[in-house]
Amino acid sequence: MAQQPGARGLVFNEPLIFEHGRKGRKGCDVPKSEFPETDPAATMPPALLRGPVEGLAEVSEPEAVRHFTRLSQWNYGVDSNFYPLGSCTMKYNPKVNEAAARLEGFAGLHPLQDASTAQGALRVMYDLERMLCEVVGMDAASLQPAAGAQGEFAGLLLIRAYHTEKGNPRKKVIIPDSGHGTNPASASLCDYATVTLPSGPDGMIDLALLEKEMDGETAALMLTNPNTLGMFEKNIKKVCDIVHAKGGLVYGDGANLNAVLGKARFGDMGIDVCHMNLHKTFSTPHGGGGPGSGPVLAKKFLEPYMPAPRVTLRDGRYDLDFNRPKSIGALNAFWGNFGVYLRAYAYVLTMGGAGLREASETAVLNANYILAKLRGAYHVPYEGTCMHECVLSDKFQQEHHVSTLDIAKGLIDRGFHPPTIYFPLIVKGAMMIEPTETESVETMDAFIAAMKEIAEVAKSDPESLAAAPVTAKVKRLDETQAARQPDLRYRR
Amino acid sequence: MEYPDGLSYTKDHEWALEEEGVVTIGITDYAQSELGDVVFVELPEEGTVIKAGEPFGVVESVKSVSDLYCPVSGEVLEVNHDLEGEPELVNSSCYDAGWMMKIAVSNKKELGELLSAEQYADYIKSLK
Repeated sequence: MAQQPGARGLVFNEPLIFEHGRKGRKGCDVPKSEFPETDPAATMPPALLRGPVEGLAEVSEPEAVRHFTRLSQWNYGVDSNFYPLGSCTMKYNPKVNEAAARLEGFAGLHPLQDASTAQGALRVMYDLERMLCEVVGMDAASLQPAAGAQGEFAGLLLIRAYHTEKGNPRKKVIIPDSGHGTNPASASLCDYATVTLPSGPDGMIDLALLEKEMDGETAALMLTNPNTLGMFEKNIKKVCDIVHAKGGLVYGDGANLNAVLGKARFGDMGIDVCHMNLHKTFSTPHGGGGPGSGPVLAKKFLEPYMPAPRVTLRDGRYDLDFNRPKSIGALNAFWGNFGVYLRAYAYVLTMGGAGLREASETAVLNANYILAKLRGAYHVPYEGTCMHECVLSDKFQQEHHVSTLDIAKGLIDRGFHPPTIYFPLIVKGAMMIEPTETESVETMDAFIAAMKEIAEVAKSDPESLAAAPVTAKVKRLDETQAARQPDLRYRR
Repeated sequence: MEYPDGLSYTKDHEWALEEEGVVTIGITDYAQSELGDVVFVELPEEGTVIKAGEPFGVVESVKSVSDLYCPVSGEVLEVNHDLEGEPELVNSSCYDAGWMMKIAVSNKKELGELLSAEQYADYIKSLK
């Protein structure tokens, strides 16, 4: 285990940048300006003038580079090892996507350039929208939303705009308890009350209960499929029919899209609007590695409400159309996180349709492999074949007073990033493991061995897990005190 | 686990105590133990009118964030401001110093629909 990254290695203790350097030290000299100096006070109102700034770091270039290089060595990411964070799809980010995003013609663009001088960039956006529509069976897409939660927000704004135009925006949104965590927040932001729908014993939507809750004041059902238990809603068509019969719309949360690429499409299931996460399913950097992107996609009848501007293609010319009177408006500064579109575009083209399908097949196979190998050592709260992630619980370990948190900390000592813990909320002591398609069987076997060893240690030496992690740079943190009395500010 | 007699309980794990039309509300021993260390409690403004079954606030622990549901309808008279600085009172004293709010109950009949200590204890057993 000592060879695992994170468990051992070059870990420097590193002070804050403010504790480096000395007064007056600089990284570079700014040449003297060829223009005469002016006194800002002569041209600016006093309120806008800045006095002397105290306390900035004063370091040389090598000091700055070494500082941040050392900090980067504390990092644990998909480029260092397995990152099985369930619900997050921490797949490897292919480096060819980075090359595409750094092409000078794209990287040097200014967002206010005339459309006639940015035809290639607009084509990438137009084509990516078409590709994403194909993947989920929708008619229109907008790339603007900056992340999944904003994509959800956009989707619900579309739904609200649609109902409002029909005369009644309606009052509530139904969300199954196996839905994604951000769903209720998105509904609430759009001024809808949320109704939680408890799952049936099989972890699926209870059709009878849905029928009872669904009425003429329900704007939409928000559905995560596969759901957060990692299971596919088998009655999806019936679910959509029940909602449509009362004039409601169905929102599909694409958080778990990585399970069904090339296999099942939201549009074909009867879903009216959905989002997807380019930073999950389409392999763009994620979680501190880069901004997200959560395109919103919808059926044709919702297209008039889509965020403006829209990218258009007429007579072979690409353009931006701002004249969208029914649009819910712009959701992002300029045209969204364009660098992310390039990476996703490169991903789709390098994978191809067959490649995307194979990615999902492998992702599902990998999750089931882990589930099959860990069944017995860990409790499986909802039995059956899982999709791209599996959910275990600490029920067996609780007998020895070892909790999910202890197991997660034990994994750090064994060189692995812990899975998602205590989510989904409907499973007590949940551990949600998502290997993704990019992991080899050897990597998964090493993870499985670590999990099994922890299950053994939980019986033979539970105290050692209560002390974990011991090999990490920082030992077990007092998370309670950190939350109750957060120390958020550096003081000299 | 303790569920004092004389309090009324909900299946969402809140307790309610009525005294001369004023109902004091908090969360149960089971709730605080399931949540783990409470780190933040968000309570409504005094004067807010809340209906039975609606969320009135949020309790955040190291593990999760949960809505608090109001056992009876009425107007909020007072909230426990001590919880702003000492959320741990919810863990150490859920029925006393860790109370959350007092409301002027608008329909006393709703109290009759809540669970007794014995019924609530049975309900907790059925969850296991």
